[in-house]
Amino acid sequence: AALNDALRSQVSAALKEGRVTPTELCQRCLALIKSTKFLNAYITVAEETALKQAEESEERYKRGQPLGILDGIPVAVKDNFNTAGIETTCASNMLKGYISPYNATVVQKLLDHGAVLLGKTNLDEFAMGSGSTDGVFGPVRNPWSYSKQYKEKCVPKSHSEEEESDWVITGGSSGGSAAAVSSFTCFAALGSDTGGSTRNPAAHCGVVGLKPTYGLISRHGLIPLVNSMDVPGILTRCVDDAAVLLGSLAGHDPKDSTTIQDDFKPFELPNLTDVSKLSIGIPKEYNAPGLSSEILALWSKAADLFKNAGAKVVEVSLPHTRHSIVCYHVLCTAEVASNMARFDGLEYGHRSDTKDSTESMYAATRREGFNDVVRGRILSGNYFLLKQNYEKYFVKAQKVRRLIANDFVKVFRSGVDVLLTPTTLSDAAPYTEFIQEDNRTRSAQDDILTQAANMAGLPAINVPTALSERGLPVGLQFIGRSFQEKQLLTVAKWFEKQVQFPVMQLEEVRRHDSGVFQHQKSASFS
Amino acid sequence: LAPWIPVVGLEIHAQISSNSKLFSGSQVQFAAPPNSLVSFFDASLPGTLPVLNRRCVEAAVMTGLALNCSINKKSLFDRKHYFYADLPAGYQITQQRVPIAVNGSLSYTLCIDNKMSQMVTKTVRIKQIQLEQDSGKSLHDDSRCQTLVDLNRAGVGLMEVVMEPDMCCGEEAAAAVRELQLILQTLGSSQAVMAEGQLRVDANVSVHHPGEPYGVRTEVKNINSIRFLAKAVDYEIRRQIEELENGGTILNETRAFDSKLGCTVPMRDKEGKQDYRFMPEPNLPPLILYDAKSLPANMNHQQVINIDWIHERLPDLPSVKREKLVEQYGILPEHSFTLLNEDGLAEFFESVVKQTQMKPKKVIGWILNDLLSYLKQHSLTVKESPVSSFLLADLLNLLEKKEISSTVAKRVLAELWKGEGKTPLEIVKEQKLELLQDQKELEQICQAVIDGQENEVIMMVLG
Repeated sequence: AALNDALRSQVSAALKEGRVTPTELCQRCLALIKSTKFLNAYITVAEETALKQAEESEERYKRGQPLGILDGIPVAVKDNFNTAGIETTCASNMLKGYISPYNATVVQKLLDHGAVLLGKTNLDEFAMGSGSTDGVFGPVRNPWSYSKQYKEKCVPKSHSEEEESDWVITGGSSGGSAAAVSSFTCFAALGSDTGGSTRNPAAHCGVVGLKPTYGLISRHGLIPLVNSMDVPGILTRCVDDAAVLLGSLAGHDPKDSTTIQDDFKPFELPNLTDVSKLSIGIPKEYNAPGLSSEILALWSKAADLFKNAGAKVVEVSLPHTRHSIVCYHVLCTAEVASNMARFDGLEYGHRSDTKDSTESMYAATRREGFNDVVRGRILSGNYFLLKQNYEKYFVKAQKVRRLIANDFVKVFRSGVDVLLTPTTLSDAAPYTEFIQEDNRTRSAQDDILTQAANMAGLPAINVPTALSERGLPVGLQFIGRSFQEKQLLTVAKWFEKQVQFPVMQLEEVRRHDSGVFQHQKSASFS
Repeated sequence: LAPWIPVVGLEIHAQISSNSKLFSGSQVQFAAPPNSLVSFFDASLPGTLPVLNRRCVEAAVMTGLALNCSINKKSLFDRKHYFYADLPAGYQITQQRVPIAVNGSLSYTLCIDNKMSQMVTKTVRIKQIQLEQDSGKSLHDDSRCQTLVDLNRAGVGLMEVVMEPDMCCGEEAAAAVRELQLILQTLGSSQAVMAEGQLRVDANVSVHHPGEPYGVRTEVKNINSIRFLAKAVDYEIRRQIEELENGGTILNETRAFDSKLGCTVPMRDKEGKQDYRFMPEPNLPPLILYDAKSLPANMNHQQVINIDWIHERLPDLPSVKREKLVEQYGILPEHSFTLLNEDGLAEFFESVVKQTQMKPKKVIGWILNDLLSYLKQHSLTVKESPVSSFLLADLLNLLEKKEISSTVAKRVLAELWKGEGKTPLEIVKEQKLELLQDQKELEQICQAVIDGQENEVIMMVLG
């Protein structure tokens, strides 16, 4: 089995048939992580525990009693999920060295299914950002920066310039997870999605990024950014794999009162051949300012693809889209201000040495522990929550949120099954260019296409579509109805098959895989 | 001098009697080793979420019903933010927008001029009851310039009961709180023992002239008993009147009651107004309660709370119990008031009545005059009484059968009090206290007395 294999169809089969053992798989992934260290995708690599888990998995396979498809599969988890015994930092000084005593529900579920936890991935500090550039462990590099496809298209530089400076960002804030999956160091990774933090890096890194419906997957143990919008996100190399992960993670959790009570039944995705009964909506407001002509063209091409295959493709309107960024800013910062109040240096995490008074200790701890982005949002949020401002800002934003959510309700009620939109405004920017603007500006720009789905709690998925002129991945987004993940993923899978997104040709993988590159065309099933 | 009208309102925090905390599974227990009852959620570990405790909701519904409130079928949870060492999350989860119960009333009884025979019933409106988290405890160690934090209490469920400013003095406030305490203890929704911090009372006090708007009010905290509540309120009323009559003004401030000095002093902590930046608690959906009418047919019984079901199962409240005692035993209202006012006394009385032929109307005298005064003298509770209901009934039976006189009965009771394990009959026999029933024997004794006092008898016969 190759590291770029699809989980469901290939790796699992290989494990079951003994063609590869969990230990081998784990070791190969760990080795690849080491040799792709320059990507800075991982904050913590849990080598010992991973190998132990792999051994245990191997025992189960030997006994003929694997726990399921995920047994023995190496996975990575964004560093804002609690993992017992393994450091959880949120890429912040505030939690450097913090070892949580409990596993997030989703982490526990992965482990219960036999998955092998390779490590914790890098992110923007406390998941605030759209580049994965603002964490204390440094920025994550998009693996595509080192791909043959990108290097070929790069404008030749003079010898004095470092090759290094060309590297592009992963997008964020789940950049580490996206890079980990994209660079073949794991088969699936958990991210989180509050305003697009799973779909955005998925698009830039050429992987599938699924944002499930709010309330479908437990947030217990996910360190919150915006409690009313956060969801655990799933990053994989193909849509079928995303369905497998979803199946193992979804369902009511008594520890999370915002999960729905209904029973969840894991599903296998059908191979859709007839799309004539499908209605695809194209929201005109998603032709947003700053959308690259390249992506606009790709979006149009995709719409045509559906049309030519017999589906009904209609233009729809989500009129309140343009208000979503401002609305999001108010609600997000307000919740951030509240959620970050617990970081006072007393019970856990960083504590300043200041001994003058409790108040000065709080102030110094929080100044030292949080970066500017976090502190900026706390200040904004507290402003919006002041008694004199509450109605004007917070309540108003809640009302606008309702309007945004209603836009979607109306459109879906009119007969549209799934919406098709771009995921990002352009392909991944070079790091040096990205950091020219501050985090707030970038977030406001980059979230525009993904953010409304969080406001409305709807499921959405990025499907890698094609390479840009610069040789970098571009993805398109499908937004579905509440709790209709099966329909959403079925459509996404059909689309994935149509576009045949190319496999990244990464030097490092080639070295580690010792030439076993079976699939030159696409990472999807045969 | 124009008369002053004092206005007193109360904010009462009652700790809910439950096995675990309001939003987490850690235990609720008084005086446990520090930080031994703290779950991950209580310690505010990042990523933990609140899960509502059903028992706490039931306790609040029961209390709301007992206080004649409307139970809100939909109530909401909010975050109230401030930084303090005993508040790990930096916010308290409470119900600011829509609490669980509103618009109730509490009737309480006062004795006019301390005469038990003149009792008057008053009512105070209950503005609302809300569910909220208790904070931890911090102990300031000034010598080492440090604060010790114990989070055992952090997250314990509280019912905040807000009483409208319908009271006018310390006595009324005390009587109202006493009645609330009895109600809570009867329901079992709170043990309401002030000494253990299960019932905390803050008083809002202001004064004004008749016809004028209400005056500026102060909040009085740190009141540790019902007795001190009356003192604190009365002191604060006098202080405000004095201040205003001397041309001063009342500050809208928080004051602490100093029980040693018997006065209120400004609290240093609350400088400047706090903006609590209230925000809806996003991790808790609205709390939906049902009644028989609104309960959906296919709803899982375990998942819902039915207000009517709880209503049907409410025990007799103190006021009802008092009426029943009066009706059943023919005792006076003020008697039943005292019976219920002492923990266990009503049960003791009823137990004695069951075991004796003496009429309840007579038994009550022994209970209230003799037994109770003994208990008070020795600062004992009914539970700690060395004289059990069995023994007292035994004694009263001797009296009822005329085997002893009432004077002797009192003497025997004093002996019983020593708790030496002797029965009333044993004591009577030992000390030869029996009433003589034998006519002939009595005649002999009388004759002997007369014979021994010849001179006095002659004097008497001669007039």
